[in-house]
Parts: sequence; C-alpha cells; structure tokens
Amino acid sequence: MIPSLASRHSWFEATARARLAGLLDPGSFAEILPPAESQPSPHLAMLDLPGAFDDGVVVCYGQLEKKPIFAIAQEGQFMGGAVGEIHGAKIVGLLRRAVQEKPAAVLFLIDSGGVRLHEANAGLIAISEIMRAVLDARAAGVPVIALVGGSCGAFGGMGIVAKLCSAIIISEEGRLALSGPEVIETVAGVEEFDAKDRALVWRVTGGKHRYLMGDCAELVEDDIPAFRTGVAKLLAGWQEAAPGLAQLRASQQVLENRLAAYATYRDGLQVWAALGIARPDSVPLLDRDSLVALKEGLPT
Amino acid sequence: MSLNDILDALFPAGHTVAVANQVITGEATTAQGTVAVLGTTDAAAIDHAMALALSGFVLDTVERHPGRPLVFLVDTSGQALSRSQELLCLNGSLAHLASCVDFARRQGHPSLSLVTANAVSGGFLSFGLMADQAYALADAQVRVMDLRAMSRVTKIAHERLVELAGTSPIFAPGAGSYVRMGGIAAIWPVPSADLLDDALSAARKAVSAGDQRQGTGLSRGGRLLASDIATTVQNATAGA
Repeated sequence: MIPSLASRHSWFEATARARLAGLLDPGSFAEILPPAESQPSPHLAMLDLPGAFDDGVVVCYGQLEKKPIFAIAQEGQFMGGAVGEIHGAKIVGLLRRAVQEKPAAVLFLIDSGGVRLHEANAGLIAISEIMRAVLDARAAGVPVIALVGGSCGAFGGMGIVAKLCSAIIISEEGRLALSGPEVIETVAGVEEFDAKDRALVWRVTGGKHRYLMGDCAELVEDDIPAFRTGVAKLLAGWQEAAPGLAQLRASQQVLENRLAAYATYRDGLQVWAALGIARPDSVPLLDRDSLVALKEGLPT
Repeated sequence: MSLNDILDALFPAGHTVAVANQVITGEATTAQGTVAVLGTTDAAAIDHAMALALSGFVLDTVERHPGRPLVFLVDTSGQALSRSQELLCLNGSLAHLASCVDFARRQGHPSLSLVTANAVSGGFLSFGLMADQAYALADAQVRVMDLRAMSRVTKIAHERLVELAGTSPIFAPGAGSYVRMGGIAAIWPVPSADLLDDALSAARKAVSAGDQRQGTGLSRGGRLLASDIATTVQNATAGA
C-alpha cells in the first residue's frame, strides 16, 4: 500500500461515525439515543423502503482537546443524509439540550440534500425547527460550527441551516448551495446548469469558491484530522457577540454590495477575477495552503 | 383572490402597501394598532433581491418601530432556480432573512404569516415558517413537491403516493397536512380582520413560549414521534 494513501483519512469517503471517531478526543464519544434504543422510520417502512436504526444521523457528547462538545453527524450514505421526522427531532433535541448544558460548541457535521421527500412535510417542518434551534443555541452563547465536506454536501434546507451556524468549515470537496445542479438542470435546462460538468459545479458551489467569497470561515483538506485541527483553531479564543442590529445591518450591506457587483455572473471564474485574483484559471489547481495564502493576499 | 382583496379583507381600517419585484412592504391599521405588512406575491420564486428587500424591511421595522408586529403574506413557489443565484450563495441570503426575522422576535416583535396562495420549500422556510405562528387560506397550496415530481424522484408509483397521501399527512401536499403536523396553526376560510386580531393576540403569547410545533403536531395526531424523540435526546444520559 502506498504510505501517503494509507495515512490519509478522507472526510468525503468516511461514514458519519468514522468522522466523529476521528474528530473527537479518543474514547470521548458517547452517543445519545444510540441505534439499540431507537427505531427506524415507520414512514419509510410504509413505503416498503429499508430504514436505519439511527435514521441517518448520530447525536453525541464528546470532547475536543478536553473541551466538552456536542456533535451531530449526518450519514450521507443513508437516504442522502436527508431530514425526516426522527432524524430532524434528534437534531432539534440536541440543540435544545445545548441551550441548557452549554457545551463549548455544537459541531454540526452536515452531509445532506435537505428534506427527505418520503417524509416531506415532517422534514420541512423539522428543518424549520432546526433553524430556530440553531439560532437559540447561538443566542445562548453556544457556538454552532458547521463542517461540510461529505459526498452529499449541504443542500436545500440544510444549506440554509449551514449558513445559520456561527461559522462553516469546508473542504475543497465540500459543496454548499440551495438547489442542487440536477434540479436546476431539470427545471431550467442544461444550458442553465449542466449538472454533469463537475468542474463547473465546483466553481459554482464548491468549497474553494465559498471560501474565496467569504461564505465559509475556513478551508481545510479533505482529511479528518484537518477538520479536527480546523475546529480547534476556530474554537481557541472563540468570541461571538449576540446578534445585534449593527451586525445584521453590516451583513445586509455586504450581501447587497455583492449582488450589485456580481448579479450577472454565472461562473466562479468571473467572480474570482472581480475579487482581484490575477489568474482565476489557476484556482481549481491550487492546493489548500496556496489558496488560503491567495485569499489572505486579496484586497479587502 | 387578488392581493388587494386580501389586504382589504384583513385591514378594513386601512393599509399602505407597495409591491415591487413581487415583494410586498408597508403597514396597516388593525384593532391592535399599526402592523408591518411584508411578504411576496404572485408565486414569487425567492431570489437574492427579494430576500434582501424583505430582510432590509424587517431591520427597518426593528430600528424605527420597536415592538411593531410583523404580518407576513406568503405566496412563493420556492426559491429561484438559476446558476447565477447559486453562484452568490442563495442559501446565504435566505439564511440572512431568517436571521432577521428571528432577531425581530428576540427584540419583542410578535410575528405571524398567512399563506395566501402558495408556500413551497425554501421560500416558505426563509420567512413564513420563521414567524411565531403560520396560517393559511383555505385554498392555499403548501408543499415541498407535488406528488408527480415526488414520484419521479423517489421512483415510487404515483398511484401509490396518491393512495397513501389520503391517510398520511407526512408527505401529502396541502395546508391541512401542515395543520396536523403542527407547522400551520390554522386554516382560515377567508381572510378576515377578526381572525387576524385573534392571531395577533396568539402571536404575542407565542413570542415567549418558544417553538411549540412538535407538541402541536403530536396533540393533533399528525407527527407522533418528533416530540418524544426530541425530549428523550434532551434528557437522556449518554449511552455507553
């Protein structure tokens, strides 16, 4: 076996449980409502579909560098990480618990296409409940950190949830958006968005683009220890002011400016050029460290 | 029913509401004083510009009129489906709008939403479902996806979905399903100033009660699992 491959622990390819095992301090993982105490979705059973005893999400306590942490990990390999009734309720319960117990952070390992269509109404309402619960946790002073780098990315309602978190850590392989490219292609045509053009999909929704635009706080390698280091770095000396009018006004201004400047663009290459990157074509080829250095050197 | 007819029925004492780019902003007189009126019309597909117009108006209201109730009128076919919208992180603008509605709640602004015609997925999540209480007119369409599209995506026969939709509110499109699931407080047969007055009173109480939708869904028999599971996770000692 090639050593460099053996020592690499791809976040993208790992299961939710493997991500947690590598993210938290060894031996600190303690699952709440583990599969043995739970039940698969009766709504999937009604449609003769196989369920999972954890309904595609793990909620747990743990520690990260000895700090008490809550974590939520969606399993992209089960129903695309989509949110159904049980799945959503586990997340809401953990976020509410965080308001009471005030861990150092809630880590939200998002890997989801959004609402589970087989439980569409339950999923949509659950995502709305998750949105409010994330904001409640943050208002209680508990940072909620989204980690995005799984095969399903963060789409649909879970894309909105990700952007409601205190910060997002994303890998180059991570994707963050609202509608999936396939949905846009189906409705608006292949000229609008060719979902099979993977390079284009990454230039529009991928981790590098979101990081360059400032939508994600940190870009990390597709590597479980890199996500761990990223979280630790972000939490060291974490300070977050309670949301206030001035801060929301500032966000509003940033978003309005961005829309005014880039509204007609359709490709990351155009945005990167406008950001002041001399050779936008080179961005997809840059490694993580070079890209971070490039962003830090940009005019603000 | 036209937007003006709806506004006249809800606010017989008067309203000053402008519509630009399918976004409604303005104010109206009610039995409980002046309220902010905002939302979308004509099945708006919510894009960055619409989301930011709404969030800007919420922030203006918080700044200039402390405590003024927010009445959202919801008519959205979902989110705008385009590459340029996604390029600029449409989920980010929708999240910003949701944050502003949530901030208004924390500042003591009661809020309610009324689905006047359509409420679909992302568009509904960003403001309609962020209000303290959501209502819908009797003929409103509330859904994630219609059953034909759901059948294509899930590869489950359309007839099967139609049959199951008759008994299960879990995925059946319709405001009635959302009432049973706790996502919508009630269906209004017609827009009415009296129903609005009652709803404003209920929203004032809801402000401090927190999110009660799981419990409502349980008591109405539509969402039987969520409430218990969330409570169990909240109170369980860690496994191991």
